[in-house]
Amino acid sequence: MITFSQVTKRYRGGTEALKEISFTIETGELAILSGPSGAGKTTLLKLIAAIERPTQGSVLVHGQNVGKLTRGAVPYLRRNIGMVFQEGRLLFDRNVFENVILPLRIIGMPHKEAAKRVRAALDKVGLLHREKAQPVTLSGGEQQRLAIARAIVNRPAILIADEPTGNLDPEYAAQLMDMFAAFNQVGVTLVIATHDPGLAARAASRVLHLRDGVLQA
Amino acid sequence: MRSLIAQHRAAIVLTVNRMLATPFATLLTVLVIGIALSLPLCLYLVVDNLGRIAANAQGQPEISVFLKDNANAATQHDIEAKLKAHPEVKSYRFVPRDAALKTLSKNMGLTDAAAVLGKNPLPDAFVVTANNADPDALDQLRKDMQAWPGVQIAKLDSEWVRRLNAFLRLGKDGVLLLAVLLGFALAAVGFNTIRLQVLAQRDEVEVSRLLGATDAFIRRPYLYLGMLQGLLGGLGAWLIVASAFALINLRVAEIANLYNLNFLLQGLSWRDGLVVLGLAGALGWLGAYLAANQHLRGSGAAH
Repeated sequence: MITFSQVTKRYRGGTEALKEISFTIETGELAILSGPSGAGKTTLLKLIAAIERPTQGSVLVHGQNVGKLTRGAVPYLRRNIGMVFQEGRLLFDRNVFENVILPLRIIGMPHKEAAKRVRAALDKVGLLHREKAQPVTLSGGEQQRLAIARAIVNRPAILIADEPTGNLDPEYAAQLMDMFAAFNQVGVTLVIATHDPGLAARAASRVLHLRDGVLQA
Repeated sequence: MRSLIAQHRAAIVLTVNRMLATPFATLLTVLVIGIALSLPLCLYLVVDNLGRIAANAQGQPEISVFLKDNANAATQHDIEAKLKAHPEVKSYRFVPRDAALKTLSKNMGLTDAAAVLGKNPLPDAFVVTANNADPDALDQLRKDMQAWPGVQIAKLDSEWVRRLNAFLRLGKDGVLLLAVLLGFALAAVGFNTIRLQVLAQRDEVEVSRLLGATDAFIRRPYLYLGMLQGLLGGLGAWLIVASAFALINLRVAEIANLYNLNFLLQGLSWRDGLVVLGLAGALGWLGAYLAANQHLRGSGAAH
């Protein structure tokens, strides 16, 4: 469960990205965060993962006030949240397999077990046959699926994705949304930011529409 | 516990692989550390060896007791009796003024010094060897003898040893100062190389943090890298010093042979070598810790 109460985020320099936002996303929901670029979607996702902290108000994730977490506690929050970033954030100095195993290395999982999990995650996104490939050799859609595999390999309770279909053609984008819907079927809470209204209408059980940092009714 | 050991092992493997991936840069860093360390080490060993020479020379300190010009045989016997009785006196020998003049003439290459000088200017003397080589005890003995009637002056022959010791203490302070300065330099070298490493891998660092890596996890391979660089640098310094002393000892042996001495410079002992290794490793670790922490605390993106 994710709860925002009266959350305002003001960046240094005075820009207000979010203004007194309040909402709740229940466990197991698939929520779409829609709205034009600059509406504050990315900021909202960053607040969930404690990448940014709210200026005012509170952000609760599974009952934990993530805005007040100590520096040492933040990593443990993030281990429970899978993230797919707008820019992909893949590591291009290592192959597909090594990219996906990184979250498991971080939690110190023994290699044998981790390797099994990595292959399962790659299988889910349809990249199992490319585990030895270098990320640069993958297409845009494949890179995005690789990022998703890395986000789910640790079996997080929450998955957040920022414009995951941003640079993909519509057919590919639809495939990706089906994949997200499948994760949601097995109980993962999803929050997906997108500026594509078509996608928003398609899969979501819940749509949060942002405009200029304000939640629209 | 097992997973922690596995994580450390993984960090070490990663570190070694990274070092091997850039062998030239690694070699240069290790060389810089090694050379920086070998300078105070060499100086330390030079001072140490001089100290050993001084200690050897100090083994038999002698006090010359010169009798007054007008001292007669009775006074001489009197003093001899006192020397026999004194508990601090180990042995003594009497040097009559004529014998002293002869030795002087011979040493200076004069055939007959007395003929030149007109009369023998030298006094009779006792050369006394003390039981105790301690400087204070020697000085006390000298003062005792100085006070005896018929003694013109009692003189400690080992005055130069004390001066040398004073210089050696100065040298030791200098070594310490140099070692501290170069220790700072070492930590700075470690700091800088690790800082560059972290910068080169900042994508990985950033992504790891977003995926839930703790600071300790991110720091770990850099700490191993810093420590390993320090250790290798220390090993390099040890090697440099050992080869330098082996080379110098060839010449020292030659010279010692000419003077009929059996003397060789003492190189770095195992104990000192291990201390150097430990210190170098610790300083490398410290530099890495500071560099990694500076990056982790400094970059604002994801804390």
